[in-house]
Amino acid sequence: MTEHLPVLLVIIPLLAAPVAALLHWRRSSWAFALVTTAATFGVSVLLLREVLQEGTIVYSLGGWAAPYGIEYRVDIVSAYVALVVSAIGAIVMPYSFRSIAKEVEAGKAPYLYAALLLCLTGLLGITLTGDVFNLFVFLEISSISTYALIAMGSDRRALHASYKYLIMGSIGATFIVIGIGMLYVMTGTLNMADLAERLPYVSGRTESVAFAFLTVGISLKLALFPLHLWLPDAYTYAPSSVTVFLASTATKVAVYMLVRVFFTVFGVFFSFQVMTLHWVLLPLALTAVLAASVIAIYQENVKRLLAYSSVAQIGYMILGIALGTVTGVAAGLIHLFNHALMKGALFMCMGAVMYQVGSVRIEAFRGLGRKMPWTMAAFVASGLSLVGVPLTVGFVSKWFLVLSVVEQGMWWVALLVLLGSLLAVVYIWKVVEAAYFQPYEGAGEVREAPLSLLVPTWVMVAGSLWFGMDATFTAGVARRAAETLLGVGP
Amino acid sequence: MSVFPEGSEGFALLAGVLLPLAGTLLIGVFRNRPNLREGATLVTATLLFLLVASLVPGVLEGARPRVTLVEVLPGLPLVLELEPLGLLFALVASLLWIVTSVYSIGYMRGHHEENQTRFYIFFAVALASVMGVAFAGNLITLFIFYEVLTLCTFPLVTHHQTEEAKKAGRVYLGILLTTSIGLQLLAIVWTYFLAGTLDFRPGGILNGARLSGPAAATLLALYVFGVGKAAVMPVHRWLPAAMVAPTPVSALLHAVAVVKAGVFTVLKVSVYIFGPEFIRSMGAADLLVWVAGATIILASLVAFTKDNLKARLAYSTVSQLSYIVLGALLATRWGIVGGGMHIAMHAFGKITLFFGAGAIMVAAHKTEISQMRGLGRVMPVTFGAFLVASLSMIGLPPAGGTWSKWFLGLGTLQAGELGLLAVLMISTLLSLYYLLEIPVKAFFLPPREAGEHPGGIQEAPLPMLIAMVATALGTVALFFAPDLVYELMSLVAGP
Repeated sequence: MTEHLPVLLVIIPLLAAPVAALLHWRRSSWAFALVTTAATFGVSVLLLREVLQEGTIVYSLGGWAAPYGIEYRVDIVSAYVALVVSAIGAIVMPYSFRSIAKEVEAGKAPYLYAALLLCLTGLLGITLTGDVFNLFVFLEISSISTYALIAMGSDRRALHASYKYLIMGSIGATFIVIGIGMLYVMTGTLNMADLAERLPYVSGRTESVAFAFLTVGISLKLALFPLHLWLPDAYTYAPSSVTVFLASTATKVAVYMLVRVFFTVFGVFFSFQVMTLHWVLLPLALTAVLAASVIAIYQENVKRLLAYSSVAQIGYMILGIALGTVTGVAAGLIHLFNHALMKGALFMCMGAVMYQVGSVRIEAFRGLGRKMPWTMAAFVASGLSLVGVPLTVGFVSKWFLVLSVVEQGMWWVALLVLLGSLLAVVYIWKVVEAAYFQPYEGAGEVREAPLSLLVPTWVMVAGSLWFGMDATFTAGVARRAAETLLGVGP
Repeated sequence: MSVFPEGSEGFALLAGVLLPLAGTLLIGVFRNRPNLREGATLVTATLLFLLVASLVPGVLEGARPRVTLVEVLPGLPLVLELEPLGLLFALVASLLWIVTSVYSIGYMRGHHEENQTRFYIFFAVALASVMGVAFAGNLITLFIFYEVLTLCTFPLVTHHQTEEAKKAGRVYLGILLTTSIGLQLLAIVWTYFLAGTLDFRPGGILNGARLSGPAAATLLALYVFGVGKAAVMPVHRWLPAAMVAPTPVSALLHAVAVVKAGVFTVLKVSVYIFGPEFIRSMGAADLLVWVAGATIILASLVAFTKDNLKARLAYSTVSQLSYIVLGALLATRWGIVGGGMHIAMHAFGKITLFFGAGAIMVAAHKTEISQMRGLGRVMPVTFGAFLVASLSMIGLPPAGGTWSKWFLGLGTLQAGELGLLAVLMISTLLSLYYLLEIPVKAFFLPPREAGEHPGGIQEAPLPMLIAMVATALGTVALFFAPDLVYELMSLVAGP
């Protein structure tokens, strides 16, 4: 059984998706999805444990060996990201029970859960696969299901947001597949390990062009500035649970794709020395951090504010990775985990406010500190984490990021990173001020959100405090993953 | 000879941090029964002081109890370790917590304040953070508790939740977080990168690091400005802004706990991260001592111009804090001793002054100094205590401030900085005027208009008077018996 763990991680949600679509009796599709995501999470935990003990797992689908068969290659990075994705998938399900029931028509809900499971399949498949075309297939699965998920938002603008993402996402995917095609033409293989071996021997412009196409395509999926334009609308108008899920998984998996393609397929030498990737990514990442944070400050819709904040946080992740050092890549990977926790909790608070108040504009938050104390307390705790206050996961990320930058002697970059934190104080402060310093002006009575919304939120907050106080697991795994990627470790 | 069995002193440190937190639970439980609630605060404060006091004999004999807790970052655990400077700070803070609690009872009730339970809870949390700062065994632990202190004092500063409080809260949080995240964190990461550790060690941890003179000066500057709570100009604006808080908050936190945490951090970094010899040999503080000196003079001059009593006291605090920063940056034996002693002397003196300000507000409803002429005749105890405490601030016998100023002066001579000695002298003269003006005019001048003090103004409520007299007597006691303070600081400064 255990040797099939990699494929199980993908098969379980994949087969569950059509079943969930067909279950129309009461909330049975929700219950089914709940069980599925919980099982998926369990499998990913087992998988990570096995990888940490045994090393990289290589699994041939259907028993057909590469290069003709599709191979799953699960190393520490894969298992780590897969864990994050499946954990978020699992925690979002109890939360969705009421949230989706309120925001999406009952008839559409089974399709939403089916799409969610398909999205989960796609994302997990990306993290596990060792074949570039298989990666593209899973990417498309996750993207298309995402378009459907976003379109189900209750606001009419959700359709427009989904359409915009569809166009931009397809462009991105097309760029990626062009890059993959060029790689195939040059080397004759689609297997990542084989590509890594053969690419150093093919020289010529095709390789550079393929690299460029892949960079642009992946950056679009990543929402790296300035290719982030799809993200704010998509996060704002999607149903609340969907935003929680997407914000914590989709861009993280895109970061994974970036690391895989640049470090494993092309290799550190080609990416950093020949193509000087850091000169491209570093300025863009810094711009993302500063520009997106400033834009966030001026947003009137808090969900949109958090969306721009996500763009900034993605900038942090790319910043660490672009440094190309063990500490830097580890910092980026740590932030991947931590941001999933922080942003997930923040968007869950948004969903709770939407559920009780019906709006997430800043005016709706007035006086909520008294009316919805637990929700707003969760917001404050996660907000502090975003800023980087000690004892929270955000601090751990900041620490490693600043350390990795200081190690390279890049003082201005360090100051700009810290400036980003201070900008985060401003936009988090905006919401805190409205909630705690202004009186409630709404029409009716507002009470605290129901437990099924609060408990998952606080589980995420507890996670961000726990891993903030004891970072040995996340930092240790991230460091090992970085070492594997850079080829300096065992 | 210690009260504790072998090896358990370390856990006494943990208890010191957790005890106030346990107190918050009791306070919360008794939220609807004010007398029991205040009793909970008093009991917790007393127990804390007894706990800290029991650690004194061991430390004087050379014991340095230490306990390692969870590993927050790989290679950087949360460590609590007791050394004389931390013990001094903890003693001052815990003792004055008891007194302030007594005072708060009188003030919060006399002023009919709302949300008192929230007030007492966050007060206790703030004291827990102060204990954490005092007992921190490495920089990361100190930084963590430092940030917690900023955050948990925020609800206290903005207690009244008025528009004014909100604006002040913005300045408070804005400056403190900007300095700590933007400057202090950078300094800490840099230090870790240079030294590979963040432990506090006698003689510092930077001796083996490759650090040029200008770089060392920059690092020290990052700390001095990054520790916003030390209120070195220009990052001092949060202190006057925080005066919008209820007076017990101003008294304990901004005369004793929060600001002292700031200068304590500067002292600790100077002595245990850089080391006095390192600072002197690298010339790292050459420019910074003048920044401290400028703050001393400029803040005194601003204090002159303030008619609002709390504002004047706030700027006086800014000035006095830079005395301690100066002592730390001079990096001479007497400078360190004087600076550390001033932590205790200034605490007792300033808290009395703030107590007085609060008493005047509650009993006579006056906040501006120009309105206080002749008030001393109806409120003799208040202004008497005010007078005694002023003497401590100025540095005149029979108040304890005499000793700290004396040693600071010696410190400037030891460093060969006659200019800074002049700074000390000038600021003494300035504080003589802007502080003594208040009680002198209250006692010896008649009110400006007849009827300015309507009949019926009496002395402040009894709890407030008791607290004020206690701390005023404390300043006098510290003049006659500064031994413990002196001994503890001598251990810190070394031979």
